[in-house]
Order: sequence, then C-alpha cells, then structure tokens
Amino acid sequence: MDGFGSDFSGKVDTGSIMEQVKVQIAVANAQELLQRMTDKCFRKCIGKPGGSLDNSEQKCIAMCMDRYMDAWNTVSRAYNSRLQKERAKM
Amino acid sequence: MSMDSAQNLGTATADPQLQHFIEVETQKQRFQLLVHQMTELCWQEKCMDKPGPKLDSRTEACFVNCVERFIDTSQFILNRLEQTQKSKIAFSESMSD
Repeated sequence: MDGFGSDFSGKVDTGSIMEQVKVQIAVANAQELLQRMTDKCFRKCIGKPGGSLDNSEQKCIAMCMDRYMDAWNTVSRAYNSRLQKERAKM
Repeated sequence: MSMDSAQNLGTATADPQLQHFIEVETQKQRFQLLVHQMTELCWQEKCMDKPGPKLDSRTEACFVNCVERFIDTSQFILNRLEQTQKSKIAFSESMSD
C-alpha cells in the first residue's frame, strides 16, 4: 500500500483514501464474520475435541457455515425491511 | 469505528466529499455490526438447533421474528428509560415546590 493516498507533491488524493478505507472495512467485516462463524460452528459441531477433525465433524462444519450465511442474510434482510418501515413512519 | 470519532473526523476534514463518504460508511458499518450481533444472538440462543442441509422455513421465520423482537425490545427499553427519566424530573420538581 502506498503512503495513504498522497502523491509526490504531498497532496492527499481523496479518491484513493476512500478506496483504501473501503478495502479496510471489507477486511474488517470478513474477519468479524469469520470469527463469529468459527465460534458458532465449533460449538455446534465439535462435541469432544478428538485427535483430529474427523469426517462427520467436517461435514457438520461445512453445513453449519452455509446455514450461518443463510441466517446472516435473513437477518440482514429483516433488519433492512424493518428500517424501511420505521423510516416510512417518520 | 465509534460515531463520535467518525463525526470528529468528519468535522476535521474540510473536504465535503470525504466528509459525506465517512458519514455514509459509518452508517453502513453500524448496520453491519448490528447484523453480526443479531445473527449471533438469534443463532445461539433462539433459532438454530442443529444446522441442517438447508435453512427451513420455520427457522427462517424464527430469525425474522428474532430481529423484529430484538428491535422492539431496544425501542421499549429506550422509551421506558425516557419515561422514568421524565417522571423523576417531575418528582424532583414537585419536591422543590
């Protein structure tokens, strides 16, 4: 990454700052999701931690990941439509 | 990013384009964070028993209700705090009369 959107004249380029901020936000969101998903699926799928991640555990985790994404999207849509309703009331 | 720091950043930058960008992104980020929190809460406490091969309609409805009731709860608490605050003020005013 270059010096936070400044060119050789030392002037700050707004566009490139915005781009970098957007990338950082996307990374932060991905980390947030990954952390929560790992926590939730570990709780659901790993009963007693054994010597390795066995086949049925892997299957469970894969399914859990997909359902977590479904749940995330459902929550996002429900929250969004609630916001629209609240705005319409005002 | 907290609202305060974003607003401070917003007023500190003379660039209106950047200021607008920060305001919009802050709003978006608050939305995202609440989605993360509600998904987690509704998942582990309320709606998800055992993840199946697809999200069945009952579970989906549970998530939708969970979001709606969470927001209702937050609004209820806010209103009630406001009410008790008002009656406290009214009480202390009547005491000083």
